[in-house]
Amino acid sequence: MKHSRLSFILISILFLSPLSGQPPPDSGNPPPLVRPAEEIRAFDTPNDAGNSITITWKRSPDDIADQGRFDGYDILRGRSPDGPFELVLSVPGGGNENNPLYKTCLDNNTEDGTEYYYAVDAKAFGTTTRAVSRMPAKSSQQWFNTDLVNMLIAVIFLSAAILYYIAGAKSGKKLYIRKIAGLEAVDEAVGRATEMGRKIFFVPGTQDMDNVQTIAGLTILGRVAKVAAEYEAKIDVPVSRSLVMVTAREVVKEAYYNAGRPDSYSDDMVYYLTDDQFGYAAGIDGLVVRQKPATIFYQGAFYAESLILAETGNSIGAIQIAGTAMASQLPFFVAACDYTLIGEELFAASAYLSHEPKLLGSLKGQDLGKLAIILALVVGLIIQLSGAYDFASIFSVSAGGE
Amino acid sequence: MKREIPMIIAGTVGIVLIIQYFIPAEPFGTLNDVFSDWFSIIQASAIWLGALNLIKVSGDKIYRRHKDWPYAAIIIVSFLVMVIIGFFFSGGRRFLDPGTPFSQMYDYVYSPLTAMMFALLAFFVASASYRAFRARTREATVLLLAAFFVMLGRVPLGDMLTGWLPRWLHMSEVASWIMNIPNIAGQRAIMIGIALGTVSTSLRLILGIERSYLGGE
Amino acid sequence: MAGPNRADFWNSMMKIDRRIIFLFIFVAISVPMFLQIQLKIPTSPEVESLVATLDKLPDGARVLVSLDYDPGSEPELQPMAETFFGYALKRKFKVIVIGLWPQGPIQAERAKPIAETQAGRQFEYGIDYVNLGYQAGNELVIQRMGSSIPQTFPVDYFGKPITEFPIMQGVTNFSNIDYVFNLSAGYPGTVEWVLFAVDRFNIVLGAGNTAVQAPQVYPYLGKQLKGILGGMKGGAEFEILTGLPGRAVKYMTGQTFAHTIIVLFIIIANIAYFTTRKKEQGGLS
Repeated sequence: MKHSRLSFILISILFLSPLSGQPPPDSGNPPPLVRPAEEIRAFDTPNDAGNSITITWKRSPDDIADQGRFDGYDILRGRSPDGPFELVLSVPGGGNENNPLYKTCLDNNTEDGTEYYYAVDAKAFGTTTRAVSRMPAKSSQQWFNTDLVNMLIAVIFLSAAILYYIAGAKSGKKLYIRKIAGLEAVDEAVGRATEMGRKIFFVPGTQDMDNVQTIAGLTILGRVAKVAAEYEAKIDVPVSRSLVMVTAREVVKEAYYNAGRPDSYSDDMVYYLTDDQFGYAAGIDGLVVRQKPATIFYQGAFYAESLILAETGNSIGAIQIAGTAMASQLPFFVAACDYTLIGEELFAASAYLSHEPKLLGSLKGQDLGKLAIILALVVGLIIQLSGAYDFASIFSVSAGGE
Repeated sequence: MKREIPMIIAGTVGIVLIIQYFIPAEPFGTLNDVFSDWFSIIQASAIWLGALNLIKVSGDKIYRRHKDWPYAAIIIVSFLVMVIIGFFFSGGRRFLDPGTPFSQMYDYVYSPLTAMMFALLAFFVASASYRAFRARTREATVLLLAAFFVMLGRVPLGDMLTGWLPRWLHMSEVASWIMNIPNIAGQRAIMIGIALGTVSTSLRLILGIERSYLGGE
Repeated sequence: MAGPNRADFWNSMMKIDRRIIFLFIFVAISVPMFLQIQLKIPTSPEVESLVATLDKLPDGARVLVSLDYDPGSEPELQPMAETFFGYALKRKFKVIVIGLWPQGPIQAERAKPIAETQAGRQFEYGIDYVNLGYQAGNELVIQRMGSSIPQTFPVDYFGKPITEFPIMQGVTNFSNIDYVFNLSAGYPGTVEWVLFAVDRFNIVLGAGNTAVQAPQVYPYLGKQLKGILGGMKGGAEFEILTGLPGRAVKYMTGQTFAHTIIVLFIIIANIAYFTTRKKEQGGLS
């Protein structure tokens, strides 16, 4: 009885100790040896420009058991499995998000073509234990990012569709395009300005020429300026960027020439205010309130200043036609303007106003792309709900490495 | 050639940058960075065009005694004050250090003015809402109700009014649902359309089909 | 003659001068600033998620704070910056500040003393705080930081080489950063951090956005974005969950009154609309 009671107590103490086989470091015993990382693997980081090796390992059991008391890992590199090794980087404990038992890091300072062996030193309790990779790794650059295959297919498909319909449009086939109220109203809006003897303001957004919305806006400016020239209405284009000023001047000048009114053009029609977002908004508001234009166009990329501009224009009774691909600003324009071109309608404006077959053909190609996306959504929803396959993963675009 | 050369440049650069997106190896991997750096340099250099134009236009207004000439005078004076104080009276490269005259102008002039312009949104949102949120049609009524729930759900008053209901009917929960489900669905749909429009426009620009930005048809 | 007077009243309500609306909004926002009204602010899952991620970080974690806004967005985003710095002081984080907007680093220097006063302790520059300043290039800056942060920011905001600062020892790129906190008012901002840092370099990202900008980043919540502070309310919830009440909680009272006034005006506008429409239809028949 006495023996079994003693055995029970001894066994309980053994199983109740926090790290089985690992007495706590402050118990007066020598510090326990930290258990090493396992399965060290080093390989060329995929889909990169070289000079990078990925090192992955199974975390030390001490890291997994108690990350708070774990001091992290030192990653060392050498030319042979026996060393010498030099310290490359240090990383804290903890695992990868998608696979918590393993940890991954990158050595971004390797020489392409050189073989390296990696050692991972696990650190805890004031001790260090090393594990070395069995196979060497060599970094190199890749000529195609295999993570982007899905993007490549999408680009090819979409481009092919657009080019096919552009080529088809040249054959003279009439292409249907639905009415876009905002673009139908351009002539009426310009005519109103002429009748009232007041100006047209054209605001091409607050971004620079590297933004495709600005280019789309300037395309519309060309059409509006031509109509204004024909109607002999005055047009002002206050801009926020110097490069946009230069381009807009060319666009307006060419529009006036094409309308047969080169003498009516003046460089002062297009002028710079400021790059500053709210300084620009304040400048335009002041001009709108003082000069009371009959018509205001907002065509391009806008941010928070959109409602400030549109409400000020509304307060003076101007007819306002807006168009932007900034989804967050669309509600403000819809609430405050008479007509709003929503998202892709801004990009379709050029084709719509010119009725040029090649441009209309590109819209049809765009629509085919949209149809493909809708089909993918419907099919994907069914497949995803059924649990048969992770359909959404086909469309993910991720960084390289494991 | 005046239009052909820019078209060729635009097309070549466009195609190269599309190709480089898929190729990590040098020099393709860094081409995007290189071109963007060059654009930043051109953009920064071009700011003088704008600044000089601003001075010219404002100077013209003052000279011709245009009816808005006082505003033009304010523009020129403000511009010169900021530039002169920033360049010459604010410790050179340390012009942004706290306490320098430039830093004080930033804190006591620029910051309040910018904040004030942004604050106008609060007032304009109210007047725009008053005008726009009327139940003229079924869709307008849905918009009105969504605005009602989101506006009250985003402030504590909403939950105070609906605290007695099950949690999923609290205004904040309904507002969260509206923002996270139908709002995101709508935003994503618009973003997809915008992306397609961007691809189409970019392709037209690269292939030289769209030439209006160069001036002309 | 109650009928025609009532019709005139609703007709005039349809066309009310916007300055009357502005006046009501002004009163609704400004008066609560002088009153001590405490409102119970419920917290949302988005903010709880952000704070939970922060709580999981170890004490002394290295965090990168990117302030991508200007004074125009200060009322919404500056309280978030102050609260984050206060939380960082509490948890002894090592804070590295950058800006993709030129005004961002300046905003950091304005938020820091307020957080230090509230926390009752100061950051030690170079040891647990450094401001690397602004770098031009928008999303390219993020890309470059993925390769090398020292090469992207060789000197700090005050022109000193970063090699002098202990906090930057061992910082090569994002793999040496435990958490990135982005405050954004537009472009470049949270969307760029998601696309160029999370997707490429697998950083852990939390963000604060203006109320207008927040809906744009909701699609990234959960996967790429570990929580978001949306607008003033998000900032107030952040203050409550971190136990560091500040300006956002105070401003929520004004926002509550303002929203209520707007809702009341919308109700009035609709009553006026239906009343005048009824009158017109009644007149026609």
